[in-house]
Amino acid sequence: MANASGDIAVELTDIEKRFPGVLANYNVNLTVRRGTIHSIVGENGAGKSTLMKVLYGMLQPEEGSVVVDGAEVAFRTPADAISAGIGMVHQHFKLADNLTVLENIILGSEPSRGGGRIDFAAARSSITEIMQQIGTELDLDELVSELGVGERQRVEIIKVLYRGGNILILDEPTAVLVPDEVDELFATLQRLVDDGATVIFISHKLDEVLSVSDDITVMRQGTTVAHTQPADIDRPGLAELMVGSELPSPAGRNTTVGDTVRLAFHDITVDGPEGRPTVQNATLEVKEREILGIAGVEGNGQFELCAALLGLTASAGTVEIDGVDVSTASTADRYNAGLAYIPFDRHREGLMLTAPLWQNTLLGRDHEPELRKGPLVNAPAAVAASEEIIERFGVLTPNAHTPAFALSGGNQQKLLVGRAMVTEPSVLIAAHPTRGIDVGAQAAVWDEIRMARDAGMAVLLVSADLEELIGLSDRIAVLFEGEITAQLDPDTITAAELGGYMTGVRQKAAS
Amino acid sequence: MTTTEPDISKNPLDKILTPSQSPQLQTAIVTVAASLLGVLIALGISAFILAVAGKNPVDALTTIVETAGNTDKLVEMLDRATPLIFSATAVAIGFKMNLFNIGVEGQYLFAALISAQAGSSVNLPAPIHVLFILIVAVCAGAAWASIAAALKAYKNIHEVISTIMLNFIGLAVIQWLFDSFFREEIEGNLNVKTKLLPNSGRMPTIIEGRLSTVFFLALLVIVGYYVLVYRSRFGFRLRASGENPDAARTVGISARTMVMLSMIISGGVAGLVAMKSLLSEAYAYGPNATPIQLGFAGITVALLGRNHPVGILLAAMLFGFLDSASATLQLAGVPSSIVRVMQAIIVLCVVILNEAAIRRLNVRTAEQAQAQLAPEVNA
Repeated sequence: MANASGDIAVELTDIEKRFPGVLANYNVNLTVRRGTIHSIVGENGAGKSTLMKVLYGMLQPEEGSVVVDGAEVAFRTPADAISAGIGMVHQHFKLADNLTVLENIILGSEPSRGGGRIDFAAARSSITEIMQQIGTELDLDELVSELGVGERQRVEIIKVLYRGGNILILDEPTAVLVPDEVDELFATLQRLVDDGATVIFISHKLDEVLSVSDDITVMRQGTTVAHTQPADIDRPGLAELMVGSELPSPAGRNTTVGDTVRLAFHDITVDGPEGRPTVQNATLEVKEREILGIAGVEGNGQFELCAALLGLTASAGTVEIDGVDVSTASTADRYNAGLAYIPFDRHREGLMLTAPLWQNTLLGRDHEPELRKGPLVNAPAAVAASEEIIERFGVLTPNAHTPAFALSGGNQQKLLVGRAMVTEPSVLIAAHPTRGIDVGAQAAVWDEIRMARDAGMAVLLVSADLEELIGLSDRIAVLFEGEITAQLDPDTITAAELGGYMTGVRQKAAS
Repeated sequence: MTTTEPDISKNPLDKILTPSQSPQLQTAIVTVAASLLGVLIALGISAFILAVAGKNPVDALTTIVETAGNTDKLVEMLDRATPLIFSATAVAIGFKMNLFNIGVEGQYLFAALISAQAGSSVNLPAPIHVLFILIVAVCAGAAWASIAAALKAYKNIHEVISTIMLNFIGLAVIQWLFDSFFREEIEGNLNVKTKLLPNSGRMPTIIEGRLSTVFFLALLVIVGYYVLVYRSRFGFRLRASGENPDAARTVGISARTMVMLSMIISGGVAGLVAMKSLLSEAYAYGPNATPIQLGFAGITVALLGRNHPVGILLAAMLFGFLDSASATLQLAGVPSSIVRVMQAIIVLCVVILNEAAIRRLNVRTAEQAQAQLAPEVNA
């Protein structure tokens, strides 16, 4: 099969993938030419991962066709995709630390010497050949636990090639690398495409995308919105495409932001694992009847900032709630001071999945006088309180005794929103309050937040959904690499501005 | 949304068969059914093993059934179940928040030595003397467990490792304390012990001296465990921390406090394991007088009882029954070690069947909840 470089390696047409209540991909069209590096860019939640899982056989699309090397395919498992020559290098490596490089590479497709013995010699020679081809050198007998991140990534790439892969999907490969390793990776990828392989490169780092790609496809809100080439576009233009040229318009409101500061934090700094702080000198104030949106590409310190405000992680700086300094207070005391929290991840930080709903709504509230009988739980009262939340927030469930896992994601989320709001907090930290839920539930959650705001609550809204951010916020602060780089007005904001700050194209004005 | 709720209050059977109406009751029924089935399967496997070993399984099973009809043996069952109830409850408190307290063994032996010594060195009126010994035992067990608790809470050292180590350290410390300070030398007596408790420090036996009244203390502890873990706010936080530690932490429940308290309470209950021996049988601590291995047996009983108070009680009685049957079995020519094998097979069968049944039930509960709501969702 001698293919010219103009041939098509992968063609996806009108792909649609639905999850209960969510349209993850629709009208997705992607044409990847053989022997090219094709980048797919988009914000978190734009549908890139879903699309790649469809191509790699981890998910099956409801609609659309997948054509690989000219033949229509329907992968049921990643094994099908691998046998069609597609390989994936995951962002989080899937290597066995206690095995050597060689053992990791052949794991699952060991060459046999008969009698169940592994033909290590054959494996060694073919891997050496692959390494020469991509211009890299690794000690095959070293343990993977001894390797650095960049070397581990090369092991993953060799793993794909060893299995005969000629179409490589790399999911955010540079997220974990230092600049030198990034250059090395790109050199490797370039050699690969020169030899006729095809690389699909997922990223939201625009500089890298522009420097390394032959073609670029932009995804937004579950669909492909643009196809372009580095020669035809610049960084701001790409940022604008990612965010969307027409931003949603802010919703009007009848009340005005008050004067009293309800949440104030100054110089919050959280140390990261490698010495680099994950949040650096973050300072903001939120007033009564105000929603302050935090925009940013995921992983730029949003989670750590919330954890610091809640007292869940050690941090420097001060936090005040309603004028009371809670910088050294415990998490429980911060809640008592008027804080409430809608967590990032409802399964990990929010729910006890096998416990009944009434126990889930009791979590964090068991000290309230109406819900206790001295040292005991007042179960009937807790059930009644839970039914109140279910009723008021429209949680669809048979009753309050149903275990949480039996509910759909949207209803689980409404329950958590209800748990946070029913205490009538003065400050609400809402992290992705409508992530992964259907439109109806989303509107209900937004209404609740607006109503509470009108009643005087201050809201810190962390979101990756621009419609939510712009639609709800009175002000938007952008978090980039742990620093607040801009404070913007949602009424006058432009896509280029917002996209620019979020991707670091625009830097903090020297102040 | 005009769905009419079916009136399920009239027919209790409907209530049982509609999981989402009462998932807790449904879970209880499934657990009991799966456990009974597990015991039956285990008996079958045991019979097969006996047959392979060349023994007559029918004889063995007949002997066991006959034992079940013997009042003396049933009383002995309760007596033997007593220490297992304590040790299984101690283990279960840890399990409820995903802490694996392997250290019950060391905790109870340490508590036995300290309380025996303390009890024999004071003179108090009868009920207060017994109470004093019990309090010392609880405190000693809790104190020994607090080492592992502090290591876990402040240094994040896994409790399995620290409690196993502390078992070994505990045995060495006990031996040193006993040999150096607490043993009472009696000329010509090789069965060395601490000084015997005076009469005021003993608890009586009933039914012709066959059942220690410590059994009733065990029942009290089971009830206390139920109230503490299933009814109290502390228990709610304990279970929440066990089910989803991140969620519990996020709502402000201090993981450190919960680890410290649950481990210390677990150790306190563990301190009572040897009380039947100390207060009603040997009246002293001694390397040959105080029973060992009860801490490890407690882990098995807690597993078999699914960490539920009623389950623990039944599991302890089953183990007590099999223990009491082992002597009879031996007389019938069946090696007594078959009882240990049976106990292990029972635990395996019951645990596996329960996990499978609960998983299946969860799927059905979710399906039924969705089915009930389907008309509303589609509307």
